[in-house]
Amino acid sequence: MIYPTQPPLTKGRRKSMVTLNDYGQYETAWCPGCGNFQLLKAVKQALVASNLEPHQVLFVSGIGQAAKAPHYLNANFFNGLHGRSLPAATGAKLANPNLKVIAESGDGCNYGEGGNHFISAIRRNIDITVIVHDNQVYGLTKGQASPTSEHGFTTKAQPSGYPSETFNPIGIAVAMHASFVARGFTGMTDHLAEIIRQAIAHKGFSLVDVLQPCVTFNKTNTFAWYKKRCYELPKDHDPANWDAAMKTAYEWGEKIPLGLIYKCDKPTFEDNFEVLKSGSLVGADTPIETLNEIIKQYR
Amino acid sequence: MNRERTINIVIGGEAGQGLVTVGGLLSKALVRSGYSICVNQSYQSRIRGGHNTFEIRTGTDEITAPQEKIDLLVALTNETIDIHAGLLGTGSLTVVDAAQNASCKTCFHVPYKELANARSMNIAALGVVSCLLGLDEELIAGIVNESFGKKHPETAEENRAALTKSYEWTKANNSRFEKLPQAPKREGRLMMNGNDAVALGALAAGVKFYAFYPMTPSTSIGLNLASWAKKAGLVVEQAEDEIAAINMAIGASFAGAPAMVATSGGGFALMVEAVSLSGMTETPIVIVMGQRPAPATGLPTRTEQSDLEFVLHSGHGEFPRAVYAPGTVEECFWLTHRAFHTAEKFQGPVFVMTDQFLADTFRAVAPFDLSKYPAVRAGAPLDDIKTPYMRHRFTESGVSPRLLPGFTKHLVVTDSDEHTEDGHITEDLSVRKLMVEKRLKKMKGMMKETVAPELAGVKKADLLFVSWGSTKGSVVDAAAALKAKGQNVSTLHFSQVWPLVPEQFVSALEGAKRVVCVEGNASGQFARLIRRETGFEIKEHVRRYDGLPITPEYIIRNIPPPL
Ligand SMILES: Cc1ncc(C[n+]2csc(CCOP(=O)(O)OP(=O)(O)O)c2C)c(N)n1
Ligand SMILES: [Mg+2]
Repeated sequence: MIYPTQPPLTKGRRKSMVTLNDYGQYETAWCPGCGNFQLLKAVKQALVASNLEPHQVLFVSGIGQAAKAPHYLNANFFNGLHGRSLPAATGAKLANPNLKVIAESGDGCNYGEGGNHFISAIRRNIDITVIVHDNQVYGLTKGQASPTSEHGFTTKAQPSGYPSETFNPIGIAVAMHASFVARGFTGMTDHLAEIIRQAIAHKGFSLVDVLQPCVTFNKTNTFAWYKKRCYELPKDHDPANWDAAMKTAYEWGEKIPLGLIYKCDKPTFEDNFEVLKSGSLVGADTPIETLNEIIKQYR
Repeated sequence: MNRERTINIVIGGEAGQGLVTVGGLLSKALVRSGYSICVNQSYQSRIRGGHNTFEIRTGTDEITAPQEKIDLLVALTNETIDIHAGLLGTGSLTVVDAAQNASCKTCFHVPYKELANARSMNIAALGVVSCLLGLDEELIAGIVNESFGKKHPETAEENRAALTKSYEWTKANNSRFEKLPQAPKREGRLMMNGNDAVALGALAAGVKFYAFYPMTPSTSIGLNLASWAKKAGLVVEQAEDEIAAINMAIGASFAGAPAMVATSGGGFALMVEAVSLSGMTETPIVIVMGQRPAPATGLPTRTEQSDLEFVLHSGHGEFPRAVYAPGTVEECFWLTHRAFHTAEKFQGPVFVMTDQFLADTFRAVAPFDLSKYPAVRAGAPLDDIKTPYMRHRFTESGVSPRLLPGFTKHLVVTDSDEHTEDGHITEDLSVRKLMVEKRLKKMKGMMKETVAPELAGVKKADLLFVSWGSTKGSVVDAAAALKAKGQNVSTLHFSQVWPLVPEQFVSALEGAKRVVCVEGNASGQFARLIRRETGFEIKEHVRRYDGLPITPEYIIRNIPPPL
């Protein structure tokens, strides 16, 4: 019996470069005009720009309209439970660090149901990229407030307005020194694709919070609303400057900054495990001598 | 049956007094001297104080169960004496510190202050008990040195002196207690508890990823694996909660690392959604469920078998699963090993159900022949792959060859939503129907591999005990005691409780005059399962749900009067 062995993840192994065609075209379950279309396009562009072949990439998602995105391109894909994309992605990355692991899901999935995992993934600095479709609403379940909804946002579930304060994922991530924190907007696809490319290239936990208009359930934060406010961070914004990044992270309202807000280089979670330095956990046998030695402690 | 005498030793005192240390060293000494042991640890959910016991039943024959009657009580507090007064017989001895000022008929007052300084007091107690049992002083000294020599070399001399003094004193002063009969030579045996054996079984099976959130009585499985992680090349992670633990393990398994989680009832409640995820995405996962009394937080450090129905029905929807319930420490080893192979072969959740009693009970076990326990290989070989590759391809057996992402150009796609053969989300209801059937088909293959229940004794017994999981030893012991009195008793023990194969055991149930189901819960969950699966109603029961393990004496006391 022959088991497959891993092709090394080196760039340019292929004679031809990866193209958008490699990632395919699929029919989606999204509303016409949804920001998700541009986000999908940006993700594909970023993968092509990274010259990653579909089989080298593993997407992990949760549940929601956002979480369906990886169904609409060619790649390995584990579509798990609502809120649980980060732990599943963490497990997969630890099992096989040669995979490029990208967790893609909504604001409800990542910041609501999976909030504890979001914080823990940042603390681990696991080398995965998290792309959050942040439409500030629960889309798939037809328009309830999400953690990023604005205070006072009215829905059928919050008829008197959303009573909580708005969760600031960028603020939390920067405060925790997450190693790569960025914001994009689906209305600026090329800019977004470039951020995602950088996030994928970054070694460590990378967060890309993407402002994504929901045309059906969020009549407050519309395309025009974002368009009017979003601006690219100036060239002199230094993502290594944590104080400046904290300030930027809390800029929201009349003006919303886009781009790489904070970045630092530090050891990844995987670096803590000796065994991962020599490869992956897959197919690695524990020699019987090691087992016998371990069993000796019970003599 | 002509059984050699066994001695039941109980060390009792407060948490923090070192009774687990003394008990552990004594257990090791007994095993190395060739005796069998059965340890029952009873402790409270606190770090200091409370009343805890470490019980060792020992003897030359194989010992399968704990015993209530006490032969040798080592009372570190006077409270211990009061609590156990009713369990002492005329031949029993209670070892107490002379300074405790205790008075009891069985008291054996030891002037510890004269034998040791404060630091080596426990070693003196160990010396007294070992001498009473007739264990070799040099062997004890060796074990003490192994345990403390490296960490605290400065105590070596005083420990050795305390040991010699306590042996001398005991020899001079004991006139009553009869030592253990000579044990046969038994080389190479191991001493371990159920959790050790589960961890070793997983290791032999090639576990590469283990995530956990601490919860008694499962925690030490993770501690074992963590201590071996570097040597054996595995990743152990304490997750932020049980939900994360199992989702991580499933992610790791999807990517090709044989994965396991262990928890207890409350933690498992948090994992349940992911059990269903494993069923839907057909991702192998081994789940160890160390039961303890519930509902809710229950009695954190006690034992019970009340989560059978919870495990059987855990996870929404319909999908196959296998549930093992080891009855001995050896079974903890090989059934955990087997669980990995079953999970990989049938691609779904497989359970190993233990409980606090089994998790903590130390036994002497024969060394495992590891060459008989090969590691599992995640993923399918290339010869099994048809193109275009589809992760959930329909097959005769329901099992679709599993490729691992990144190892070939084939894309591996799966979804917790209902999906097509290629793993993509679908609402095609005809596909839905076929997928349900595909997943359930795997049950047939699983049933071919069900571990048959063990019938010990004749098929047409007057009395047949039915049991599952950790109660095995006590049931066998109780049956032996009744047989010794001339009764015609058999036992039918289940070490796998799902899927059941009625042809394996219905005739045994029907052949017996009386059938009594012995289980550690209040409502008779296993008896109910048997009835559901076979139509056979077990009418008589011995049940226990006060947090303590089922003992042979408990069974005999509680056999219902004949109908
Ligand atoms: C455990 C669980 N709870 C609730 C749901 C229902 N549910 C599905 S998606 C969703 C919210 C989705 O919101 P978000 O993550 O923001 O994604 P969006 O649809 O907005 O893209 C909810 C509540 C579920 N599938 N699982
Ligand atoms: Mg949303």
